[in-house]
Amino acid sequence: MSKIFEVPMYPYARSADQDALTPVRHPVVVIGAGPIGLGVAIDLAQQDVPVVVVDDNDRVSFGSRAICFAKRPLEILDRLGCGAPMVDKGVTWNLGKVFFDERQIYDFNLLDEDGHKNPAFINLQQYYFEEYMINRVRELQAEGKPIELRGGNKVSAIGTHEDHTTLEIDTPEGPYNLEADWLIACDGANSPTRRMLGLDFVGRVFEDNFLIADTIMDPEMQKNFPTERWFWFDPPFNRGQSVLLHKQPDNVWRVDFQIGWDIDREKELKEENIRARLHQMFGDDAKFELEWTSIYTFQCRRMESFRKGRVLFAGDSAHQVSPFGARGANSGLQDTDNLAWKLRLVMDGTAPDSLMDTYSDERVYGADENILNSSRSTDFITPKSDTSRTFRNAVLDLAEAHDFARPLVNSGRLSVPCTYDGSVLNGPDEGGLPVDLRPGSSAKDAPTKDGWLLDRLGDRFQLLAVGVDIPDTLEDGGITVEALRLAADESPQFAQRYLGEASSAVYLMRPDQHVAARWADYNEAAVIAALKTATGRG
Amino acid sequence: MSDLNTKANIAGADDFYAELLSIHEGRSKEQSDAINARLILLLANHIGDRATLSDAMQKAVTAGQG
Ligand SMILES: Cc1cc2nc3c(=O)[nH]c(=O)nc-3n(C[C@H](O)[C@H](O)[C@H](O)COP(=O)(O)OP(=O)(O)OC[C@H]3O[C@@H](n4cnc5c(N)ncnc54)[C@H](O)[C@@H]3O)c2cc1C
Repeated sequence: MSKIFEVPMYPYARSADQDALTPVRHPVVVIGAGPIGLGVAIDLAQQDVPVVVVDDNDRVSFGSRAICFAKRPLEILDRLGCGAPMVDKGVTWNLGKVFFDERQIYDFNLLDEDGHKNPAFINLQQYYFEEYMINRVRELQAEGKPIELRGGNKVSAIGTHEDHTTLEIDTPEGPYNLEADWLIACDGANSPTRRMLGLDFVGRVFEDNFLIADTIMDPEMQKNFPTERWFWFDPPFNRGQSVLLHKQPDNVWRVDFQIGWDIDREKELKEENIRARLHQMFGDDAKFELEWTSIYTFQCRRMESFRKGRVLFAGDSAHQVSPFGARGANSGLQDTDNLAWKLRLVMDGTAPDSLMDTYSDERVYGADENILNSSRSTDFITPKSDTSRTFRNAVLDLAEAHDFARPLVNSGRLSVPCTYDGSVLNGPDEGGLPVDLRPGSSAKDAPTKDGWLLDRLGDRFQLLAVGVDIPDTLEDGGITVEALRLAADESPQFAQRYLGEASSAVYLMRPDQHVAARWADYNEAAVIAALKTATGRG
Repeated sequence: MSDLNTKANIAGADDFYAELLSIHEGRSKEQSDAINARLILLLANHIGDRATLSDAMQKAVTAGQG
């Protein structure tokens, strides 16, 4: 049986655009049908913005790259209509164990906060993740939404103009040209778009290689390996290096060996050598099959700006981080979440072009946070000097007996949503409301009497009011704000997260479920002013 | 402002110093370095206050520079 990643999911098919006499102009073209390109395309199509996605490939990610997806991207995917199948298929886990040398030094429970629809994390192969997104594209197409996916379409040249871009696209039947009002480059870490536009991509190279063996364990063997995250520092079966073991659906275990800088790639990738490593780890009579193996290296870097005129960069094309902390796809989806509603307003003419600059500002801020966190994890996992190794080992030795040292152990800080502190789109923060939901934060889920709060938020501006009278709708400059009236007793979690000590609250929510401004009371002029600020018309 | 106490604060200074040296006696440089690192971490956690720790780190860096 062939694997899902060997099946052409969107094979090349001739488009009428290829026979047009002059290049056809599209409102939005997305380059790349990875998780991020698909995410932004689904978001736009759901809002009735016509979008064409081109990819030189025609199938999902070859083998699994990402496996760990955090709550915030799952919430975004829920809004995009494809979160549920991922959570259903995904493996949820809470327990982690940390080993040093020959012994387990401690374990930890993530203790997921209750009262959220989505779990803190799921593990799911990237190929399933992309498959479910493609299914969602097909669903939208069946509903007549304006979304097209063109496989076997490789962008080979880009011309930038003041109000559009031109694209040259190679296909199995020869090249053709297209034009786009807006181009969104989701073409991955080696982004040809970035290169063709001559844009920088600077940062830090980490001199290390990691060998991934996605391993299907024999049923007998599986019994010894619960659904937990196991991380080894300096184990006997990989001296001086780290190893990660994490479960994925279908009884596939991700084994990730750190193998150092000076390696012979070809030799390391030989099946017999990988099997030998796994036998050292699991024992001589362990029985397993290999699903997918690869070696990866990484850098932590970002573009200076994620916007260049009519070209927007999102996902790995704009920023790259180490996989520790699962921030790649997770942060890329926060890019698309931020981008789509802004682009729609600008295309509608209800917001100025400068709103797109705030896409870059807010997501550069997010990328810096991710780069900082993932660089720190990497520095802990791979100490860069003798002294840093001494401290690292001191932390690990102390962690076994002393609680205080455990928060210092850094085998990857798992991705949490970014709060856009200091963003020019943020409005007033009044009313003494809980700090976790200050302007710039993404909404926190909570049960309400009519279902999960996040299922009732998003895609438009909303005024969320608790214990305050507000009108059904407000309008300003063609932008509508819809009322969402809630009561203090929706649920204890809701009251705690949205009111805290206060007895009433009014939150202006952006279409990406982020808080724009908040007050204790309703004041129409204040809300309108905050709406102007949040849409770059302030 | 940090609360780093740089006035003499240890009763029996000579005893303390002798004990500090004694924990390193007969150990290799590597073992000693490991002990020192663990000691710093234990003491830092006991202090806890970030401003005081930063101040101490800065004073440790500059003290040797004349
Ligand atoms: C080992 C490993 C583990 C990881 N683990 C995690 C994790 O646990 N969690 C997490 O969130 N992230 C993880 N990541 C990161 C994650 O895989 C990436 O962040 C994610 O794939 C980025 O998606 P993207 O859509 O931006 O780019 P890609 O997935 O790289 O997609 C780019 C697309 O652009 C297309 N393309 C490129 N050039 C052209 C062209 N000229 N014309 C047309 N199409 C083109 C390509 O065919 C491709 O489909 C991991 C990465 C690695 C390597």
